[in-house]
Amino acid sequence: MTKLLEIRDLHTHFFTRDGIAKAVDGVSLSLERGQILGLVGESGSGKSVTGFSILGLVDAPGRVVSGQVLFDGTDLIAGGERLLRTLRGKRIAMIFQDPMMTLNPVLRIDTQMIETVRAHEDVSRDEALRRSREALVSVGISSPDERLETYPHQFSGGMRQRVAIAIALLHKPDLIIADEPTTALDVTIQAQILSEVQALCANSGTALIWITHDLAVVSGLADHLAVMYAGRIIEEGPTRDVIAQPMHPYTKGLIESVPRGKKHGALLSQIKGMTPSLLRLPSGCKFRPRCPRATAACEIEPALDVMDQGRRVRCVHPHTENYPEVLAK
Amino acid sequence: MTSTTTPEPQTPEPQTPEASDPVRIDSPVMRVVKQFVEDPVAVFGLVLFIAIAFVAIAAPWLAPQNPYDLAQLDIMDGGLPPGGTSFSGQVYWLGTDQQGRDMISAIMYGLRVSLLVASVSLGLAITIGTIVGVTAAYFGGRLDSLIMRVVDLQLSFPAILIALILLALLGRGVEKVILALVIVQWAYYARTVRSSAIVERRKDYIDAAKCLALTNRRIMFRHLLPNCVPPLIVVATVQIAQAIALEATLSFLGVGVPITEPSLGLLIANGYDYLLSGRYWISMFPGVALVLTIIAINLVGDRLRDVLNPRLQK
Amino acid sequence: MIVYLVRRFGQSLLAVVAMAVLVFMGVYAIGNPVDVLISPEASQADIAAATARLGLDKPLWQQFGIFVINAFQGDLGTSFVYGRPALDIILERLPATFELAMVALFLSVGIGVPLGVWAGMRPESIAGRTIMAGSILGFSLPNFWQGMLLILVFAVLLGWLPAGGRGQTTEFLGMQVSFLTLDGLSHLILPAINLALFKMSLLIRLTRANTREVCLQDYVKFARAKGLSGRRVVLVHILKNIMIPVVTIIGLELGSMLAFAIVTETVFAWPGMGKLLIDSINLLDRPVIVAYLMLTVLIIVMINFMVDVIYSFLDPRIRLSEMKG
Repeated sequence: MTKLLEIRDLHTHFFTRDGIAKAVDGVSLSLERGQILGLVGESGSGKSVTGFSILGLVDAPGRVVSGQVLFDGTDLIAGGERLLRTLRGKRIAMIFQDPMMTLNPVLRIDTQMIETVRAHEDVSRDEALRRSREALVSVGISSPDERLETYPHQFSGGMRQRVAIAIALLHKPDLIIADEPTTALDVTIQAQILSEVQALCANSGTALIWITHDLAVVSGLADHLAVMYAGRIIEEGPTRDVIAQPMHPYTKGLIESVPRGKKHGALLSQIKGMTPSLLRLPSGCKFRPRCPRATAACEIEPALDVMDQGRRVRCVHPHTENYPEVLAK
Repeated sequence: MTSTTTPEPQTPEPQTPEASDPVRIDSPVMRVVKQFVEDPVAVFGLVLFIAIAFVAIAAPWLAPQNPYDLAQLDIMDGGLPPGGTSFSGQVYWLGTDQQGRDMISAIMYGLRVSLLVASVSLGLAITIGTIVGVTAAYFGGRLDSLIMRVVDLQLSFPAILIALILLALLGRGVEKVILALVIVQWAYYARTVRSSAIVERRKDYIDAAKCLALTNRRIMFRHLLPNCVPPLIVVATVQIAQAIALEATLSFLGVGVPITEPSLGLLIANGYDYLLSGRYWISMFPGVALVLTIIAINLVGDRLRDVLNPRLQK
Repeated sequence: MIVYLVRRFGQSLLAVVAMAVLVFMGVYAIGNPVDVLISPEASQADIAAATARLGLDKPLWQQFGIFVINAFQGDLGTSFVYGRPALDIILERLPATFELAMVALFLSVGIGVPLGVWAGMRPESIAGRTIMAGSILGFSLPNFWQGMLLILVFAVLLGWLPAGGRGQTTEFLGMQVSFLTLDGLSHLILPAINLALFKMSLLIRLTRANTREVCLQDYVKFARAKGLSGRRVVLVHILKNIMIPVVTIIGLELGSMLAFAIVTETVFAWPGMGKLLIDSINLLDRPVIVAYLMLTVLIIVMINFMVDVIYSFLDPRIRLSEMKG
């Protein structure tokens, strides 16, 4: 059986006045049906652009330069806008970061939901309305009839994000791409939404790409993790293994900078330096200038090496010291 | 396996090119100048405007003749087309009008009147508008809402209508046109100054200045006002182009400057009657001069708006 | 909502009253109303009669009362030139100006908004840049000068269209209009374009700036991510958002169109109320000027009020917040 999604050597570049920013620079990923993938990275690492590239929603001056996005065996890049439009919202849905901005402020909720249903299926307005109501109930919105007749600004941020999720669920898609959907919300709301999305995906067998900068959020959710840095994937593997034994110094740094509260008063470690500008990347390994392990050997860009247990890492000096023990566990 | 050598020292990544070199920090004025000259079209506009202003100021020395000294005019030279030669062998490159007036000279003197009216009214309107705007922002409360009501009320009526009515009641005259332009324009400046000053007013340093028992006047003009300058400049470039166009329109309609001191607008009106009979140059060339002036100012203004806009500077 | 409308209506009323006071002051207090309102050729007896009728011998506040009462009854003085009520003369000319302004508005919105959206969606394209350059030109050229160029090119050089006048008119909805006959239409085209060009440039710039801003919003991307057609994204999601500022500007510019019609009508000898105003100024027919002013102020205030009403209907954020408050 073909994989649900397979990205092969994707390159998405932004052609700015100051030069070409390679936001996505040779990313390959794959996803099974019903699987949850956590795509992790700092802002500017190319994780969101990867998500947008799948649906062909990269804004000018950016565009997908090369690569393949095979969805159920069909190449979306080659398929172009016409093919993409039939899939968007229908088989691949998207949830955005800021719920305050994703709903059109001058259109009522019912308008925005009904148009989504009718964009893909030739159904009556009443039928579309009925399905919208159902979707709202499924994301835990009470008195949906009332809610449908209101405007986005009458909702709280958490409620708006639920509406956005309901819109994403309208066609029971095979894949949802969620671009930091809980970042802008309060912590309590964040947890609610997280568990609801998890339950919804498990019930309907929907695969999920959860894009985030927050390892803590995604570690409890995702089956699989991919860590991005400067437009590339630098480490990938099953979530538990990656968290337990990060191999790339960057991943290790990310994990160690998450507060865990075990050692009260202990200083948090941090990754020194700042995210590099995509226009002025160093040669060789892109993490080299910030890396505690960097040597002269790092001046040649390492490949994404395949390790045991379905893991991949792009590093000359990976943390493999205790690796056998972890495997034996 | 591990190594402590870092092959390249990593400098913090700046957001803007200006900050990339921490040693060289430009003053705000230098930054604006530098960004302004990056746009060749705007520089062209500025050069063109300076040239036009120079011609207007130096008209009495540059012009081939004094177009209002009747002794220098010869009715026999009337209505010569561009490039035509008079009886005395003089070439009129832009032709002559019905009275035999050299169009080049008439345009130079017309520019003088147009720019004089526009710049004097600009100066007066800015002064009045600034004082009113800063006062409204500084004292706030009832005074502020009263002033802004008046401003909004005035701005809800078209400028040309107000000016036209004023001049219809007052009669023709250079000083009356200036008065009308000031009355029409002060409200724009008052609103601009007030909206930037009110933002500044809420900041802590104004309270600090008050604690130091500085006089109101000093706080208003030394502390509040400098923050209003960038938007004021942008509005002023737009408004001076508008003032020139408005004066020309009023004079064209016959309610502006008197025939003894014709501006470009009046020259165009005088030639308008001959337009249909094919003597296009009498009104066409003053019109070209007018349009070039306005375009030059608008090109400068467009660029200034981009350079001085704090929203685009982030 | 109703509270908002009532308050807004009160403000409009206040504006009319304020303008009435200013006009009254201009005519009665600053100048000598006998000079302003009574024909210079009037005999001594006529002056005395008119003085009594207008109450010019009474104190100022009573004069103002008479002015207001007369104005409410439609009596804004008698034209020196025509010897008839000034308001009647203006109302006779109103349809011509109304027709011209409406056609010009239609042109500037019908052409300006689509061009602005186009330029806003593709700001870097050649078409987008050309539209912008054209709008700067339309912005920079003074209105009367554009009109002269139109006459020079289309009437004098090409001879396709008449240089002035209104042409043949027919009755339509009780008004004399030009646009229903070929002759009338040929007279209407140039002045309408002239009056429309400036507003069109303004609308292009405004629509383009707003389109660019809206296009960057997440909700536009989200709409595309929902699989909506490009047409629906533009016509519903983008257009509905930019309509709010655009409608405001259109409304406000309708008022200034009446004012600019003065210029266009003068250039093209179009027999509307703007041309009448200029003629009256030249003939010192002051009652007509006063009547024109009062009528125009009333129209502009009414337009501004209607714009606010439409605006509050278009933006649910205003409509609903005012409902609560």
